[in-house]
Order: sequence, then structure tokens, then C-alpha cells
Amino acid sequence: MLFFITLIFACQLAGELLKVAFGLPVPGPVIGMVLLLVGLIVKGGIPEGLGRVGDTLLSNMSLLFVPAGVGVMLHIALIGEQALAIGVALVASTLLTIAVTALIMRVLGRRGQQDAGEGPHGN
Amino acid sequence: METDLYQVWVYLSASPLLALTLTLAAYQLGFWIYRRAGFNPLLNPVLIAVVALVSVLVATGTDYATYFEGAQFVHFMLGPATVSLALPLYRQFQRVRQSALAIAVSLLAGSLTAVVSAVSIAWALGASEKTLISLAPKSVTAPVAMGISEQFGGLPSLTAVLVILTGIVGAALGPMVLNLIGVKDMAARGLAMGTASHGIGTARAFQVSELAGAFSGLAMGLNALATAILLPILWGWVF
Repeated sequence: MLFFITLIFACQLAGELLKVAFGLPVPGPVIGMVLLLVGLIVKGGIPEGLGRVGDTLLSNMSLLFVPAGVGVMLHIALIGEQALAIGVALVASTLLTIAVTALIMRVLGRRGQQDAGEGPHGN
Repeated sequence: METDLYQVWVYLSASPLLALTLTLAAYQLGFWIYRRAGFNPLLNPVLIAVVALVSVLVATGTDYATYFEGAQFVHFMLGPATVSLALPLYRQFQRVRQSALAIAVSLLAGSLTAVVSAVSIAWALGASEKTLISLAPKSVTAPVAMGISEQFGGLPSLTAVLVILTGIVGAALGPMVLNLIGVKDMAARGLAMGTASHGIGTARAFQVSELAGAFSGLAMGLNALATAILLPILWGWVF
């Protein structure tokens, strides 16, 4: 298990290095994710221990956002002054983005599936 | 007695263990309430934990920097968790590859919608320019969003907060919107959640299905890339 924790950290570290070396606009962990994905494709499977470590992290992922969220206390005054603009923009834009993305994906995704000979899916 | 208690508090509040324990406890309290309320989306566990922790910090006069000294150990694990998104992505790889073009088009449309709608609504309601810049990358995962915000003269720490709030809104209300517009396909639902509300939306998507989680994680990564490239171009057109 320790080996797989090290492997995950090493992927992130390699991602951070690539980001700095090539001035990439993507964060190190996202590059690390791509590296691990490539590794899994090359290997052709997920080792059991890696699955256990990774799935444990993912199933508690919400927790990991709490410390950054508490940072809201630094900006309570500014957010209070522009509460209406920020609140409406955040909620409306987020929900609109979800609707637009999902609807386009449903239309195009269904076509892609049919082309792939799998027939329609979803509802 | 009171002095003793005060000294114990002074000792404990200087140690990272207190903030770390409080963070874990607050989240579990949040999750417990969320579960007891039948997974009511408005009682998002991250939101409850943040409100509880801010209340405790304000009540005890503790500043954020002191809190973060302990909480950073939790925060740090975001990186390894992001790397781990490769696992569900690999398990769903066939499905992702089949839908590659659909994913690319939906993601670009979603990415543009997120930036343009947020900035124009906040502008129309009179937000300051600094707020507009800080708000523009709100749908992107925090480290990238903060970088973009800084690059254009926004407030990176405000951006971090707006990113988290966006995530909570998406995680709490996104599934309702998806039900309302009748999108049941887990791939489309996941992609939408990840594009609009990054890692928090992804964490929420995983609670529903592995397929949705995989597409959400993919969308989170791709939207970070898309926004980092598109926003400077949009910015050049507008100003």
C-alpha cells in the first residue's frame, strides 16, 4: 500500500515538474492524473492496492475542500458589499453551465453512441 | 480554574492538531446532518462544515492563518486525490473514447457559458472590476482559477472562495437542474457537473455513480485547460 501512495505522490510531483519546465497552464495534479492514466493504459489494468488507496481518497474528496472553503472568512466584508451581484452571478451562471453542457452532451453523445453501434442510451 | 482552561486553550490552539481534528469533526457532523436529512442537497456537508468552522473561529477570535496551519494537511490531500481521478477515468476509458468529440464540444460550450454568463450577470448588477476578474474563472479547479485571477489583476484568495462556493452551488443544486431538464444519462450528468463545479461537483457525482464521477473528473481537468487558454483570448476581445 505504501508503494501505491508513493506512486500517486510521484505522479503529482512529475506533474508539477512538467508544469514548471514547460510553463503549462494546467495544475500539476491534473498533469499527474494524465500521467497515471497513461501508465494504467500501458499496464492494461489497475493493481488492487492502487485501487484501494485511490478509491479511499476519492470517496472522501468532499472533505478536502473544507479548509479552502473556510477562507471565506477573509472576504466576508467584500462579499457582503456585493452580495447580490456575486450571489446571482454564481448561482445563475453555475446552473446555466450545467444545463448547457448536459443538453449538448446528451444530443451529441447519443449520436456518438449510435455511430459506435451501441444504440441509444440514457432516457 | 478559568486560567487553567485558558492556558489549555492557548496551548492547543497553537498546535496544528486542533484545527485538523476540528476540520475532520466538522465535516463528519456535516455529513451526518446531510444523511439524516435524507441527502437534502441544500444541506451540503462541505457547506455545513465551512459554516460550523467559521463560527468557531470567529467566536474564539482565531485567524484563518492559524487555522490553516493545521488544516493544510487535509488541504494537501487534494493533489493526490486529483491524481487518483485517473482510476475511474481508466475504468470508463472505452466510454470516454467513444464520446471524445461530443465531450470536446459540450465542454467548450460549457466553459464559455460559465465565464461569459458569470461576468455579464455580475457586471449588470454592479460588481467591481476586481470582483469580475476574480469571478471569471469560478468554474475552474482552485489552483488554476487562482492563477488566472492573479494574471489579470483579480484577488486570488477571493477567487478561491468563489470557486468553492460555485462548487457547493453546483453540487447542491446541479442534480435538481439535471432532473428538471430531463438528462438522465450519467455521462452527460457527470460532464456537466465537472465543467460547472470542478472537484466539489465531481465528489458529488461520485456519490451517485462511478460513470458520472469519471466524466466529471475528466471535465474538471479539461475545463481547467480550456479556461486557461480561452479566458486570455476573450479578455483580449473585450478590453
